[in-house]
Amino acid sequence: MFPMFFWAFVVGGLICVIGQLMFDVAKLTPGHTMSILVVSGAVLDGFGLYEPLVDFAGAGATVPITSFGNSLAHGALMEAEKHGLVGVLTGMFEVTSSGISAAIVFGFIAALVFKPKG
Amino acid sequence: MGRKTSPSPVEKGYQELQKKHELKRPVFKNCIRAFLVGGFICTIGQAITYFYIYYFDFTEQTAGNPTVATMIFLSMLLTGFGVYDHIGQFAGAGSAVPVTGFGNSVISAAIEHRTEGMVLGVGGNMFKLAGTVLLFGVFSAFIVALVRTLLTMWGVL
Repeated sequence: MFPMFFWAFVVGGLICVIGQLMFDVAKLTPGHTMSILVVSGAVLDGFGLYEPLVDFAGAGATVPITSFGNSLAHGALMEAEKHGLVGVLTGMFEVTSSGISAAIVFGFIAALVFKPKG
Repeated sequence: MGRKTSPSPVEKGYQELQKKHELKRPVFKNCIRAFLVGGFICTIGQAITYFYIYYFDFTEQTAGNPTVATMIFLSMLLTGFGVYDHIGQFAGAGSAVPVTGFGNSVISAAIEHRTEGMVLGVGGNMFKLAGTVLLFGVFSAFIVALVRTLLTMWGVL
């Protein structure tokens, strides 16, 4: 159990450092950085490389935004195995539904409850 | 913006002057902070993952989903009470790259635009910042899955 926490910390931290380098060295906007990270998550899953990283680092790989691209591609590939080409579209949100639905639901609740600051 | 012609001598001089006075970004310090905070957020995520594995019947593979939802719930509380902004100023990418940063961008946009009304304000602006992540995530996943499926069908893979 302890090594899992350690690797989650290290791998998650390293992915954030990559993001920080894209901010500071490549001087990209946060929007560009996030988009590139999401795309690389999807591409890594296309080569079957993201799943081993999740097994190795747990939340260190599932919590950064790269996992969003990974689970989108993963859902699409899983459905495509069952239903062929149509599955690429229908399976897209199969795995990743929780992130987006949580963001929408909690975002709206927050808008009802909290008032903007400053 | 984006003019490609070579700068005149005056412009060149100004650019050099600007470069000289531009604030140097403390890259190394920022990276350390991003590493520590990002790693810490992922460690919390790991604790939540174990919670879902031991108390609900999730496996190590499927526990990522409820973990992400819980992290976004936490990010709602932190964003609503104005704490996440402070973390973001300290940690840079360390707080932006984890899904809590994605949640923060959706939730802060929703809170910020509530004065413009629920439909046009909150509904219309919620994905103002996070929309680009959704677009490129979905589109790249579509291309990746399409290419892989076609290659499998043709017997290349």
